[in-house]
Amino acid sequence: MRDVAVIGIGETRIGELWDKSLRELGIEAGLKALQDAGVSGDEVGMLYVGNMSAGELINQEHIAPMIADYAGLDDIPAVRIESGGASGGMALAEGYMAVASGIDDIVVVGGAEKMTDVDDVIAKNILSSTADQEWEVVCGATFDSLHAMIAQYHMNKYRTTKEQLAEVIVKNHSNASKNPNAQYPREIPKKLVVNAPMVSDPLGMFDCAPLSDGGAAVVLCAADLVDSYEGKPVKIAGVGHGADHIAVHDRREIGTMKATRIAAEKAYDNAGIKPENIDFAEVHDNYSISEIMAIEDLGFFDKGEGGPATEKGKTALNSEISVNTSGGLKAKGQPVGAVGINQAVEAVIQLRDDAGDRQVEDAQYGMTHNVGGTGASAVVHIFERWSE
Amino acid sequence: MRAKEKVGIKSYAGYVPRYRITPKEIGKVWGKDGETMGRGLRINSKSVPSPDEDVVTISTQAATWALERSKLDGEDIGAIYVGSESHPYAVKPTATIVGASIGATPLMTAADFEFACKAGTAGFQTCMGLVSSGMMKNGMAIGADTSQGAPGDALEYSAAAGGAAYIIGTEDLLAEINYTCSYTTDTPDFWRREGKKYPSHGGRFTGKPAYFKHITECTRNIMKESATTPEDYDYAVFHQPNGKFPVKIAGKLGFEKEQIEPGLLVTRIGNTYSGAVPLGLASTLDQSEPGDRILVTAYGSGAGCDSFDITVTDSIEDIKNDDIPSIQEVISDEEFITYSIYAKYRDKIEGGR
Repeated sequence: MRDVAVIGIGETRIGELWDKSLRELGIEAGLKALQDAGVSGDEVGMLYVGNMSAGELINQEHIAPMIADYAGLDDIPAVRIESGGASGGMALAEGYMAVASGIDDIVVVGGAEKMTDVDDVIAKNILSSTADQEWEVVCGATFDSLHAMIAQYHMNKYRTTKEQLAEVIVKNHSNASKNPNAQYPREIPKKLVVNAPMVSDPLGMFDCAPLSDGGAAVVLCAADLVDSYEGKPVKIAGVGHGADHIAVHDRREIGTMKATRIAAEKAYDNAGIKPENIDFAEVHDNYSISEIMAIEDLGFFDKGEGGPATEKGKTALNSEISVNTSGGLKAKGQPVGAVGINQAVEAVIQLRDDAGDRQVEDAQYGMTHNVGGTGASAVVHIFERWSE
Repeated sequence: MRAKEKVGIKSYAGYVPRYRITPKEIGKVWGKDGETMGRGLRINSKSVPSPDEDVVTISTQAATWALERSKLDGEDIGAIYVGSESHPYAVKPTATIVGASIGATPLMTAADFEFACKAGTAGFQTCMGLVSSGMMKNGMAIGADTSQGAPGDALEYSAAAGGAAYIIGTEDLLAEINYTCSYTTDTPDFWRREGKKYPSHGGRFTGKPAYFKHITECTRNIMKESATTPEDYDYAVFHQPNGKFPVKIAGKLGFEKEQIEPGLLVTRIGNTYSGAVPLGLASTLDQSEPGDRILVTAYGSGAGCDSFDITVTDSIEDIKNDDIPSIQEVISDEEFITYSIYAKYRDKIEGGR
């Protein structure tokens, strides 16, 4: 296995991008990444595209060749990777393996989702279909209510409070205010989060990430070839996948996300480091409770300590561990299938020292954590500052 | 666009049904915090037509008052255009019923217009063409609606009823229309298919790429054409689907709150769709003085805008004390109703009679 580096990144602004189609989002992100890497199209061995549900959201399947075609890369084999909300991260893992194994020297991994061509209710129903349609959704559960159940359980078992959940959101909005690509680049007061209209008890409107349009892409390169290209490299030091039952009710314990724990353990093992070595992490905060659980399950804090740690500011920018410096899914935005790549883009920006006002000082390692469904799949990547 | 001949408003009047319902009352039924939603939309109450009111009766009342105010006879009216998205008949014009009611038939032309919320102002422009070309002396343009919002939908908090009628001519004008222009695109932000009782909409898509983009472009265009700036206008009237949008667009275009205040009726009567800008302009004319300049931009989903640059003449003084009720007088006659009465009035109870 060879070492793999990211040598190019690109992303679109995230938001309700009424005037941009899925293919435009994919192309914009992909071309920016190629340009950043200094790689020409004919050097690319393969294109991987993370996407959750183009078939239902825009009635278009077979999107990877379509994006490649319209980007002028019609000779390049392209494939779409789907794993619910973890589609982007899973695509990145596939791209990593292609380069690490020696099959390809250069691959492009993109993620794109166009969610605002259907109305909010339809988009939410499509998102809910990443849970168990037959045994959860048909019985009346939604993606929101399943996460609300998880939150209730966590609050009951660990005394996590609604105020602590709100702190996650306040922090992520504060980080997003320093990110020009964020959908909601503004700070919000805790009062607004706590008093927001209820979605599914205990999760209010601000506890839930938006559904967004957006695209992101990275160019991966065999580590021993990075000198041939202009792009500033960042090493992918570790990868780990995890899995669990698709339905929440089939899991032995719902106060922890088994898929996340397994993925993290593998990634740490793969990179040869421990949680305390991680300087910043982009975690899958599709709900406020998800970030609390993630920072526990990724090993940054003991189980049940995620809430208090957040409340004490231990996850704020340049504190104990900087979590979701980009603003996360909540405030940077959630173009579902692109999320894993958006996270990787942030990790690279940080390790290149290009993050401006949201720069994590002296960061050596960064982590990205991407979850599919309510936790049936998870993938973790560890990024490392490039050393010559 | 500028007519070759002087053209403008000879008379106008508006009518709004007296029944009102509050967002709080609507929210109570659907388990929503209606009061907060109302505050967000800046709508305190919306008008509701009684079971005997529709676009025909609203238009007829407004037309009758406008004719009375003008001192013209029915047969002096050469054309009647009624703009609405809630014509009672899919096939059978509203305009012929209004024409017969005010004694304008049969030697006249008539038609119903539809362009979502700007069908009324489309009638203004048509009449301007007919009278300024000398084909007729007077044309009547009406914008009226009894708009629909599906039970529980966001629209239900704002969809209201009302309308206003204008007589357009070339002589004895209360206000001259100096310029008009339109801005039209194919933008599917809001629609109702044939046979459907309630409209569909694209949620927030109805905002930025629809309402805001079109009003901005059209208003900037007319100010360019007429070489004016916001400071040249005493008043401005923008389409008002809720209380938030017109305030926001006014600010964005450089108008002060005071300029739009007299025409901002939505907070009290809700969104009267095709009636909204005609009523807002009528309310502004009610309060205007000779020489006042008014900028008007109507917006219709689908999508397009009509802008007008209007100057009030000395004749406005002559109607100040006539017997026709002002818009403020009309809308001050209010009776608040419960959701159950509203459901009956709006034919939302299946099998009800």
